[in-house]
Amino acid sequence: MAVIRNIHPLDRFLRPERLPHMWCPGCGIGIALSAFLRAVNELEEEGRIDSRKIVFVTGIGCTARASGYVRFDAAHTPHGRAIPYAMGVKLANPDLIPVVFSGDGDIVGIGGNHFIHAARRNMDMLVIMVNNMIYALTGGQVAPTTPEKIYTTTTPWGNPERPFNAVTLAWIAGANYVARWSVTHPELLKNSIKKALLMEGFRFIEVLSICPEVYGRHIGFRSPVELYTHLRKVVKIRGKIRPLETEYDWERGITLGEFVVRDEPGFVRRLMEVVKGGKA
Amino acid sequence: MPARRFIVTVVADRCKECGICIALCPKNVLEKGNKLNWKGFHYTVPARPEQCIGCRLCEYNCPDFAIFVVEAEAAKGETVWARQA
Repeated sequence: MAVIRNIHPLDRFLRPERLPHMWCPGCGIGIALSAFLRAVNELEEEGRIDSRKIVFVTGIGCTARASGYVRFDAAHTPHGRAIPYAMGVKLANPDLIPVVFSGDGDIVGIGGNHFIHAARRNMDMLVIMVNNMIYALTGGQVAPTTPEKIYTTTTPWGNPERPFNAVTLAWIAGANYVARWSVTHPELLKNSIKKALLMEGFRFIEVLSICPEVYGRHIGFRSPVELYTHLRKVVKIRGKIRPLETEYDWERGITLGEFVVRDEPGFVRRLMEVVKGGKA
Repeated sequence: MPARRFIVTVVADRCKECGICIALCPKNVLEKGNKLNWKGFHYTVPARPEQCIGCRLCEYNCPDFAIFVVEAEAAKGETVWARQA
């Protein structure tokens, strides 16, 4: 019987017996997950959050496999239904902190409507969307977030579709916090997650990720380091910019930053006001 | 101000040879090893830990939770195995 040791500083939030994980060499999801775990670790050391109250909800996809590797209460839900599940968690026990950690296909593809309506209700949850710009688990089909003219297995002459700019979508639907970061800047991502975890209402963080195995292979960046350094050239950090001015294009650049910080009452607070004001 | 020293630890059986840590290290501390781990990857080895300045770019950018940096009295490079038979 093999003995598994806790070694890494983040191992207390992980299930080390399940590592190494199933993600390909150089996959950006691990960087995003490590930034999230460091944010939780730092907040817990500062005494501002209880990690036992976090409910980690994922859907289906490469990113969604993360629920099997973290030592939180976790749920691996049907495709696109991570947000409704987190909604149920929050309404059943408002003390819990639901965190949805899922991919672009799961959140703005299959679960797009749930995403819009959770943002409209200002439902109290943190949604981290790891955007690798492709349906990677199923072999590299075009996703709603694939930038224009990108070659994938289902768009052999380049992608003719216009992509979703998830930041604008979340802002229009009414989210309290909207930001976009990239795995090439993990410290900024960690600080953003730390801020968003303590807020109320719907918080949305998009994380641009690298997929060298499926996305990079078709566009000429097969090695993780090449795709990583290229993504670092594609992204542009802008401060104090409105969501409508953000760009999402592989050639012209993808805007990173913190776009919306609002302090509107979340759904649970609104619900309590209505219930207390009524006959109940 | 005296130079700070760091222990660089690689968890060998989690490394998947993506090379991001080696490319990002500004002080050339890490290099690709010539031994294989149990999954068949040439895991990273901390070859020159005395040059480490503790920026932790490798730790923050490792997708596999396979490398971390701790401040210490003396510089040291370690290769450890999580799974022991």
